[in-house]
Amino acid sequence: MSPQPISTLKGFGVTFKQILKKPLTQQYPEYKRPMYPRFRGRHRLWLHDNGLEKCVGCSLCAAACPADCIRVVAAENTPDNRVSAGERYARIYEINMSRCIFCGYCELACPFDAITLGNEFEISEYNRDDQIYTKDMLLAEPIKKVPVADRDLFDTPIPYYRSDS
Amino acid sequence: MTEPWWISLIKAIVIVNLVMLTFAYLTWLERKALGRIQLRYGPNRAGPFGLLQPIADLVKLIRKEAFAPSSAIDAPYILAPIVAMFTALAAFSVIPWGPGWKIYHWHVTGAVVTVPISLLLIFALGSVGVYGFIVGGWASESKFSLLGSMRTCAQLVSYEVSLALSVLGVVILGRSLSLVDIVHRQGELMPFAAPQFVGMLVFFFAGIAETSRAPFDLPEADTELVAGYHTEYSGMRWGMFQTSEYINLITLSGLMVTLFFAGWHGPWHLGPLWFVLKLLALLFIFIWVRGTLPRLRYDQLMRFGWKVLLPVATINAVVTALVVAAT
Repeated sequence: MSPQPISTLKGFGVTFKQILKKPLTQQYPEYKRPMYPRFRGRHRLWLHDNGLEKCVGCSLCAAACPADCIRVVAAENTPDNRVSAGERYARIYEINMSRCIFCGYCELACPFDAITLGNEFEISEYNRDDQIYTKDMLLAEPIKKVPVADRDLFDTPIPYYRSDS
Repeated sequence: MTEPWWISLIKAIVIVNLVMLTFAYLTWLERKALGRIQLRYGPNRAGPFGLLQPIADLVKLIRKEAFAPSSAIDAPYILAPIVAMFTALAAFSVIPWGPGWKIYHWHVTGAVVTVPISLLLIFALGSVGVYGFIVGGWASESKFSLLGSMRTCAQLVSYEVSLALSVLGVVILGRSLSLVDIVHRQGELMPFAAPQFVGMLVFFFAGIAETSRAPFDLPEADTELVAGYHTEYSGMRWGMFQTSEYINLITLSGLMVTLFFAGWHGPWHLGPLWFVLKLLALLFIFIWVRGTLPRLRYDQLMRFGWKVLLPVATINAVVTALVVAAT
């Protein structure tokens, strides 16, 4: 270690060198950094390949939700109005995004993988009512999309609780 | 023929606006330079390179509600930032930025006013400026503001002693209290930074403390204390305190250029341009110091002021006097 005044002067050299370097800041709205693939963002509801909803309206996601932001009202499937693959379907499926804490417990609770958490995080609105996502919004492709990093490079192996599904 | 009053008035208006402009872009430069030191960009959204940022800040501060605590003592509360800013601006008026020119048949001097005791005037105005900080903190009727203003004036008063003593050597060498004469004398001999190197260092350190900038920014101490004497101020009243602090910095750098770096003198006779270039270089050094050194503890601040700067400044003045008397 060099004596006090000299090391202080060295510090001035360090800070001056920093000025000539390129800043590390990422200019967010212009440059969107690719999201980590398992980042938990905006929810999605999924359909079977034949067009039927995976959700059967069991409300397990609502029960698992610690923030109590999911509201499910189920109704019976009838032969002329078949919506889901099971006996019942979700007549109303709402997620209040302003309460959601993106913990992913709904995803874990769902027995049919009907709900998953996507990567989109740009979900701010000017109105609180707009934060309540209805079933149609959750079933549709998200409007705003963020770049996602290569899954093969960044994703970790399938966790033990998922290995059988 | 000496200049009539209206030429002084024109010079005053031009200089006040130039100083305000320098202040505005000094904040820009400071944020930009500190940003780059910390590997950030600094302001870069308002206009190209963030050049409109000072104007955006000004508009924001003026539009912001000037909130006042209901228990504040109104008249001094409102007057304090005005006093602080007025003295800061007034002190710049005696700093010479050019040798003076003959225009038509008037001899126009290179300062807003030329007084034979301009150096004393600057220190006097600086001392009055401290009242703005003390009164502002006291009139807010808040214990945090009061403590902050006590902290501020303890620091400013103890460093003012060293600041005034450190220029004594320059006064002895320049044989005058007039800044114009001191600059002329430096033009004949050499910049006083060479014979008064110790005095210059003391002036620099005391100056940082006097304008309460990092590493001596205990009056404000962004991270660990509530803002100090201007805790209860907001909007443009707060902005005026901030303005006065930055203008004090500009004045102090101008004074340092005048006293130690030969003012407008330099090769190729560029005149006022030399003054501006030296001023900008000094301002950058002040920003650089802020970006490098961590803040001192309060006891370290007081120890450095009274036990290091004051004796060094006194010895420097005495030695200079002896050397001048011997030769």
